[in-house]
Amino acid sequence: MTETAWLRWIILLPAAGVLFHVFVGRRATAAVKIVGPGLVGAAFAVAVAAALRLRALPAGGLLRDHLYTWIVAGPFRAEAALRLDALSAVMALVVTGVGFLIHVYSVGYMAGDRGFARYFAYLNLFMTAMLILVLADNLPLLFVGWEGVGLCSYLLIGFWYEKTENAAAGKKAFLVNRIGDAGFLLGVFLLAWTLGRHGFWTLDFATIERHRDVLAAATVGGWSVPLLVGLLLFVGATGKSAQLPLYVWLPDAMAGPTPVSALIHAATMVTAGVYMIARLHAVYELAPAALTVVAAVGAATALFAAVIATAQTDIKRVLAYSTVSQLGYMFLGLGVGATGAAVFHLVTHAFFKALLFLGAGSVIHGLGGEQDMRRMGGLRAHMSVTFWTMTVAALALAGVPPLSGFFSKDEILSSAFTGPHAVPALGVVGLVAAALTAYYTGRLVCLTFLGPSRVSPEAAHHLHESPPVMTVPLAVLAVGALAGGLLPVPAIVGQAGEAEAPLALMALAALLAAAGLALAYQLYVVRPDLPATIAVRLGGFYRLVRDKFRVDELYDALVVRPLFAAADVGARGIDPKLIDGVVNGAGVLVATTSGLWRRVQTGNVQHYALSFLIGALLLLGYYVGR
Amino acid sequence: MPGTAPLTWYLGLSATLFAIGAVGVLVRRNVIVIFMAIELMLNAVNLTFVALARSLGSMDGQVIVFFVMSVAAAEAAVGLAIIIAMFRNRETTNADELVTLRW
Repeated sequence: MTETAWLRWIILLPAAGVLFHVFVGRRATAAVKIVGPGLVGAAFAVAVAAALRLRALPAGGLLRDHLYTWIVAGPFRAEAALRLDALSAVMALVVTGVGFLIHVYSVGYMAGDRGFARYFAYLNLFMTAMLILVLADNLPLLFVGWEGVGLCSYLLIGFWYEKTENAAAGKKAFLVNRIGDAGFLLGVFLLAWTLGRHGFWTLDFATIERHRDVLAAATVGGWSVPLLVGLLLFVGATGKSAQLPLYVWLPDAMAGPTPVSALIHAATMVTAGVYMIARLHAVYELAPAALTVVAAVGAATALFAAVIATAQTDIKRVLAYSTVSQLGYMFLGLGVGATGAAVFHLVTHAFFKALLFLGAGSVIHGLGGEQDMRRMGGLRAHMSVTFWTMTVAALALAGVPPLSGFFSKDEILSSAFTGPHAVPALGVVGLVAAALTAYYTGRLVCLTFLGPSRVSPEAAHHLHESPPVMTVPLAVLAVGALAGGLLPVPAIVGQAGEAEAPLALMALAALLAAAGLALAYQLYVVRPDLPATIAVRLGGFYRLVRDKFRVDELYDALVVRPLFAAADVGARGIDPKLIDGVVNGAGVLVATTSGLWRRVQTGNVQHYALSFLIGALLLLGYYVGR
Repeated sequence: MPGTAPLTWYLGLSATLFAIGAVGVLVRRNVIVIFMAIELMLNAVNLTFVALARSLGSMDGQVIVFFVMSVAAAEAAVGLAIIIAMFRNRETTNADELVTLRW
């Protein structure tokens, strides 16, 4: 372990940006354009330097930056300390690197928006919170970042808050995350309590790993502590990383500006849950049952969201469900014990999903706000940079070799069959979802860029390629999506024993990807009349998928409406009648009794004298008669 | 001792005077008369002290009587001053009209 005093600048630089945008930004928009992306770029440079420094250390080394002692409560201590090991280095590089490109792109995308400085203040705050989360040395500090990204997602999703739907989407994200956070906090408390009972009053990751034996033996109420902790923390991860059943906020999160979607879906926020479980995999290793739950939920989410994505017409909504599905893969990887593969997929996904969202933003920008793929088509001729970069990202997402997504997805799938906690059935689910993924990404590209133009006349008049400030980040990300598969991420963060994918599986995955893409091309370019026929043939099932399995409606009926009804009883019944009744009743009681008693006080001294006399006589009578 | 009345007589006289004073305080309306009735009550108590002092052969009661008399003198000065000030303001000495010291 090597102590340093400059790791903190990775966090402090974006934090300084927040202050700048808040206090100076409104009067200096031109400066915001430089400072906003610039500071994140500087943070990226520091992260690169830190990663190089880390590489020079022997394997298993880590950099630590102790700022100050944060909490001392009885025997419990929490330090404000940062930790850079292989895992957090990869994360910090992805967050700052992809984040920087999104910042640059935003300068073009948000140009002329009234809330330009406010936007960059939120964006930099988002980076700050995510970097705290990633670099934290202990669970309490990680939780600060965890809540920070939750807050920033709320602020950014509801950025255009004048429209009610946007504000509602922000609220939804915040509230759904709250449910997950409750589980996360309970898990942290249980962990702290268990360690505290054995005299270890701290929650830094090194302590947790060192006292695994204590945790392994601990039980509470007959339940194994690692299992409970693992499940509770996973509840938090399902909220933050949009897994079943708490994924519902993520598809709505596209209400925010498109670069924000890219940021949330790729570099920050949703990767928090994956990172947290990878960080605590020492605890999860003690509870194979918890790992199996993680894997099962991940695989189910991957398939479920992929099915929904096949029938969506809003370009951003397809990508949103795609993110949910790909996060499912990451959890499948974590659950089968392939931490390295999961983080690898996180990295490659950050490249191609950020690229897809930014590309979609470029399309929407070029069409003057149109998001419905049914009114796109044939854009290839007008937006060649966007088309080519997005195609690269789509192929990477579909898992076409040798693009980045192919390698990372393959490692996860092969671990599902042969890994340390292999569950082959879930691997099959993952393969099916992979075919669907190829199909819906192919459909997205075909509908948007190929075939005849279905663009409305006014949008066609407006149609243009985006400025270089937007297309250059696309090109850089395209390089990442192309070559990201060459990064040796599993070797860096994974444990020993993570096998390379066998050749047969690689071939099968590539075949499925090709089949999905070919099907999409056949349906949407060669025979564009077919999809409507198939939709009619499928009837009710098609409508169910198109309506996203009506999960929102289900939650609305099961949770939201009963809560509103209960709140209504409280607001119209209990509050005005019972609570106000008690308060007003107390007031009336005091007023009436005091009204009676004040009549005793006449102001006439002789009445007072009479009461003296009566009192004196009573006392006399008492002493005489005693 | 010839020509000496028994203690009970003194106490009875004192109680009678006290009662007259108390009734006077309670029933009269003129504050000056109330004031005089208070003096009567004080002197009834003084009489009790003196009688008991004589009967018990102790000087304590007589000493207290001197105190009471001096305090009463001070009280009379202050009380009369208050009454005069009140009369200047309100042009009345009727206790029933001096009832503003209340809710």
